Amino acid sequence: MNSSKRSASTSTETAVTMTKITGQLLIPLLSVMTALLFSALFIAMIGEDPVMICSKMVRSTIGSSYGTGHVLFRMTTLVLVALAVAIPFKVRLFNIGAEGQLLMGAFAAAMTGSIIGETLSSTVAIALCILSAMAAGCAWALLAGVLRVQFGVNEVIGTIMLNFIAQGITGYLLTWHFALPSTVHTAPISNAAIIPTIESLTGWFAKSPANLSLLLSLALPLLFYALLFKTRFGYEMRAAGLQPEAARYGGINAKRHTLMAMGTGGAIAGLGAANIVLGYKHYYESGMTGGIGFTGIAVALLAGAHPVWILLSALFFGFLEYGGLSVNAWVPKDIFMIIEAMTILLVITFSSLGKQLNKR
Amino acid sequence: MGVGIRLTGVTKKFGTFAANSNISLAVEEGTIHALIGENGAGKSTLTKMIYGMFRPTTGEIAINGKTVRFSSPREAIEAGIGMVHQHFMLVDELSIAENIMLGNEQTGLFRRIPLQKIRARIINDAEAFGLAVNPNEKVGKLSVGQQQRVEILKLLFRNASIMIFDEPTAVLTPSETEQFFATLRSMRDKGKTILLITHKLDEVLSVADTISVMRKGELIGTLPAASATKPGLATMMVGRSVLLAVDNPPPRPGETLLALSNLGFITPDGKKMLESLTLNIKSGEIYGIAGVEGNGQSELLQALRGLAPEGSTITGKATLKGESLIGKTPAAITLMGVSHVPENRLREGVILDYPVSSNLIFGRHQEQSFRKRTGFNHNEVRIHSNRMISEYDIRCSSPELQPISALSGGNQQKVVVAREFTRPEISLLILAQPTRGVDIGAIELIHKKIIAAREKGMAILLVSSELEEITALSSRIGCLYKGTLRYEFSHDEVALKREREDEFIKEIGLYIN
Repeated sequence: MNSSKRSASTSTETAVTMTKITGQLLIPLLSVMTALLFSALFIAMIGEDPVMICSKMVRSTIGSSYGTGHVLFRMTTLVLVALAVAIPFKVRLFNIGAEGQLLMGAFAAAMTGSIIGETLSSTVAIALCILSAMAAGCAWALLAGVLRVQFGVNEVIGTIMLNFIAQGITGYLLTWHFALPSTVHTAPISNAAIIPTIESLTGWFAKSPANLSLLLSLALPLLFYALLFKTRFGYEMRAAGLQPEAARYGGINAKRHTLMAMGTGGAIAGLGAANIVLGYKHYYESGMTGGIGFTGIAVALLAGAHPVWILLSALFFGFLEYGGLSVNAWVPKDIFMIIEAMTILLVITFSSLGKQLNKR
Repeated sequence: MGVGIRLTGVTKKFGTFAANSNISLAVEEGTIHALIGENGAGKSTLTKMIYGMFRPTTGEIAINGKTVRFSSPREAIEAGIGMVHQHFMLVDELSIAENIMLGNEQTGLFRRIPLQKIRARIINDAEAFGLAVNPNEKVGKLSVGQQQRVEILKLLFRNASIMIFDEPTAVLTPSETEQFFATLRSMRDKGKTILLITHKLDEVLSVADTISVMRKGELIGTLPAASATKPGLATMMVGRSVLLAVDNPPPRPGETLLALSNLGFITPDGKKMLESLTLNIKSGEIYGIAGVEGNGQSELLQALRGLAPEGSTITGKATLKGESLIGKTPAAITLMGVSHVPENRLREGVILDYPVSSNLIFGRHQEQSFRKRTGFNHNEVRIHSNRMISEYDIRCSSPELQPISALSGGNQQKVVVAREFTRPEISLLILAQPTRGVDIGAIELIHKKIIAAREKGMAILLVSSELEEITALSSRIGCLYKGTLRYEFSHDEVALKREREDEFIKEIGLYIN
């Protein structure tokens, strides 16, 4: 009697975990596979051999240490901007503004880097630049948060508008004040502020821009996983996002969590900017973010805004971004934009289909 | 008379779980047939199959003698079935007439709608069944009772011969309920077949001709209402004999804990919801607030818990042991010794995606014993949740994994009650609709726990739209009408009148309508 009861409860436990895993893993995988199939079809339609393109892509990315470095560099930024989207997402805020936060962060990092001089120690210089990038991103996101909390401006509208404003501000400052003559970039940052490449320390990924920010992008998702799911802070934050009224009843200050989530998201977008400016370009250049803040939204969505899955999702998108670039001579890289967007649409479609099937 | 709905060996499975198993049932034409059962007994699955929202896994459904296999509600509607859902399907911005003809405009897509004809038809139906409405009025402006009339008129307009009502009286006042029953009877007398889904036994006995009882997906029995009794039905529903009225020993009130004087509440859009409300509650006393919903109950609760929406104005005084409650945050009020079972369990009381054990500490998650560094003391949380689960008979399979949304309504409410009744050092326990949507068995348990909490010396404020609950539990009763107390029944009055419950409820009814 007792044992049958226990086995019944274990089987429901397994069932609960199973559905969780299905939702978190199966649907994104299925979507990715379907999107890849479609893209193979597109490639065939423009008269190229999908197998050839695919093998070229693999060879030029994970097939070479230089290519792997590029994929990892892109993954680093993508992990960080995706976290910038995913953390506010946990309190039901849709941060469309990672791009703007990235721009502000990048400009701040480049400015700080160019004025601190060569005399500072590298550690201090890098820390100062990173902090200024984080502060700028944080402030930009908080602005959207304050607009939301104090004046009821929907954060989607708020962050989109702030993206335009960020573009305007950085564009103006660059062209009218800080661009070096007849270029579209600022003065280079001090050598002390350059984040060392992985090559300089280990010799891996030669000549690629992969730098030490990579370690940060590997550690932060784990940190945020622990923060969200293991602490009282995360317990409150998720509750505030899931059911704001219940949170209020439970004595949770939902406004504070809105601001915290936005601010943290913005600061992490700033870190993503540091990866590009301090780790790769070493100055601020017009158009240098190339819309990667928006790709971050896709990365977060594919991962279901779960910090740990973001690592995989960012790796996949990093692969597509750089792989697409490397086969540009045969197929337009626009195809890879289509794959990225289609994957997200498929994720949403499949999860809704799954729910409908469960109901019937 | 023929048979309106006949089910033969109907089974509906979701995966391996049988929501309905082997149900055979005949609803005679021109009768009111009540289908009763606890939450999760399978009543709504059964009606959803009749209304074409689900297909039976096995078995047969026949409507008016013809076997049917609906694949959508549209086909059910065409076969003459109409359903009034618990939550009305009306468009607030449209007029009554427009709502009634919606989806059945009697003309082509780009042709003129024969409004005159439609209005005449509506007025005709309304007069025949005592459903007086003005077809030109906007639905958004109507009371809940009037909106229900619109739903009924919609079915009549479509010539439905079989009408299904899902918990129709849950939202009605006592007098609206009486009117609604009169309409049901007159529709039956004109040959309509009515299937009534409910869990209120008194209503079933007064209005139904035939009663079917379901339990755990099975049909336990069908019997004529004339030969049914309340305790008998309750036993059939729960599967054991149930105490319908809790044992309520005389209270021994102590010092005054909660004191409200001249409390007023003005909403952000300027509506006066409370006005010069004065009352006090002593330790060891249950103060029942009787009233029709919308007379200021929600605002009273918001004022006491620091949950009033921004921009509302609260005047007067509300003190607990001499300390003011007004202007404090919910967290600060909790620390003063206030515990609260909220009105809307699903929206406020629980986090639906969180597992049962996390919900058992929700709002108490900062208590010292549950904390460990920045996270939780999982061991303590587990001990607490196991204790709550056994003390409050919460039925769940794995408290640390199963989200609370997977539990039945009654078990969810037991989680909230367990959590709120066991806070350390409670002075004031606020109970808003503590048994709404809860099964008889669970009601019995919650009522016992309420009396036990009173015996421990808490001051209890009980707000409920179930007058039987108010009269069964309260030490004193205040009748709330338009934001102020119209009458207060003293200890002695309550003790005396409780002996004759029906008359007492009628008397209270006079003060709240």
